[in-house]
Amino acid sequence: MMKTLSAKFERFGGVMLLPVILALIALVLIGRPSTWVTLTVAGLAMGMMIFLMASGLSLIFGLMDVLNFGHSAFVSFGAFIAASVLAWFGVWVSGGNAILNIAALMAAIAAATAFGALAGWAFEHVIVKPVYKDHLRQILITMGALIVADELILMIWGGAPIPVPRPAVLTGSIVIGDVSIEIYRIFAFALGLCVYIAMHFALNRTRIGLLIRAGVENREMVEALGFRIDRLFIAVFMAGSALAAMGGAMWAGYQSLITTAIGAEMMILVFIVVIIGGLGSVEGSLLGAILVGLMANYVAFLFPKMSLASNMILMMAILLWRPFGLKPAVKG
Amino acid sequence: MRDMILRLDDVHTDIAQYHILHGVSLDVPEGGVHVLLGRNGAGKTTTLRTIMGLWRARKGAIVFRHHDITALSTPDIARLGVAFVPENMGIFGGLTVEENMRLAATGGRFDDTRLQRIFALFPAMEKFWRNQAHALSGGQKQMLAISRAIIEKRDLILIDEPTKGLAPAIIRAMIDAFREIAKETTILLVEQNFYFARALGETVAVIDDGRIVHRGTMKALAEDEALQNQFLSLSMEAN
Repeated sequence: MMKTLSAKFERFGGVMLLPVILALIALVLIGRPSTWVTLTVAGLAMGMMIFLMASGLSLIFGLMDVLNFGHSAFVSFGAFIAASVLAWFGVWVSGGNAILNIAALMAAIAAATAFGALAGWAFEHVIVKPVYKDHLRQILITMGALIVADELILMIWGGAPIPVPRPAVLTGSIVIGDVSIEIYRIFAFALGLCVYIAMHFALNRTRIGLLIRAGVENREMVEALGFRIDRLFIAVFMAGSALAAMGGAMWAGYQSLITTAIGAEMMILVFIVVIIGGLGSVEGSLLGAILVGLMANYVAFLFPKMSLASNMILMMAILLWRPFGLKPAVKG
Repeated sequence: MRDMILRLDDVHTDIAQYHILHGVSLDVPEGGVHVLLGRNGAGKTTTLRTIMGLWRARKGAIVFRHHDITALSTPDIARLGVAFVPENMGIFGGLTVEENMRLAATGGRFDDTRLQRIFALFPAMEKFWRNQAHALSGGQKQMLAISRAIIEKRDLILIDEPTKGLAPAIIRAMIDAFREIAKETTILLVEQNFYFARALGETVAVIDDGRIVHRGTMKALAEDEALQNQFLSLSMEAN
């Protein structure tokens, strides 16, 4: 009986069906389709932003077995840098010219992403490289780096919450019937989707991508084939940090008001996504992020006090069902 | 007298706090199949991994074609023309057969003549070309591991227990394939299966407790039961 059900589940898409199942259950519980659509779009947008933050961390762990607890520092810096750039472009952001609006937002995202890549390079060289293959020291030293990064943010931007101006073209909502969808959420979803497609293409259609996929499975064998995996890892670390900063920039615009706690808050969700998605898997990160985004929004509406606990429960349930996550990188 | 393609001189290797190789000295002549025999835990795999740079020699020297490779990194050793087929085959299960092979091909481009030769040796590789490698059988995975090692011309191939867990029919096919491969490259084979080793080996070294305890021709060892009894507690059933 269980085997038949399992086979049917796999035939209809397997774990990729989970967001659909979750959405259908939520539709029944919420009752009102318009509210459900609003929450679903919000969940998908949130999921895509978490995906940006999580996918790099997943590859970093998968490729080099490095536990980087400092990853959220890139999210925080990305958010604050984007907020500063948007504030600097104040007239462009608030003006009625859509091109200038978008240019200001792109400048903010580009600045955050570039900082993430450069800081990622320095972080890998100074913090991570000396503690390869030593998990305990990795946890301690990257946690230490996270605290230092948070203090730096406090020193540069102060402890008061910082408003993040949202470009005029992305403010407001699209109303269809009695369904209201924020434009920024559509933009966040579209950007996340574009990044996922680009990553999917890079991983599946390029030689570097092939090496990364192979390295996630068996880095020793990649070296035995003549490739310097440490160099590949630096590139992946920089890309992962850049994506985290990009995710932070997007999240800052989504929240409109950011504090120094942004990194720590997102880190919990990012780790949940990486664990339930399966270490080293970009598809797994996407699936995990969408599940977490949808769950957070549905539960916040239905049972507000269970908001954070719901994703912890989701993670525990998935780990009991699939100990290596929903779509781990295939081994051997 | 044939040139030596590989020389190990008094190689000592530690793994964590354990001293595994206690001064291994080994000469591998150019061309043909050369076998390193030994019981479980004798140091065969450690010897291959130390040659490949996956574990570092604490003392001694490893010379490959006049290059001292003792302190070289694994990728640098591979680029000198040494291929490695580990005991677990090192297949990338999430990649297709083609992608596994493409990784090993210089610049990701196949030499069509070599590819056709591989398909002739292992027809399963052509049949499952676009399939994910994790779906292959154990024997097919071993064929893929060996195909990957020979997709480019290598001077030396290190192969660790290729017959482990394989059916006798596949082992016989492997013998034919190895004979063909050995026409253009040197193979250093680690084995416990004496039937397989005897069918292929020109020279043999026996390792025990991290030391080479016997060197000679395979013919001499195969014909001398006393020698076999003295040095080997291998799978002598010979299928």
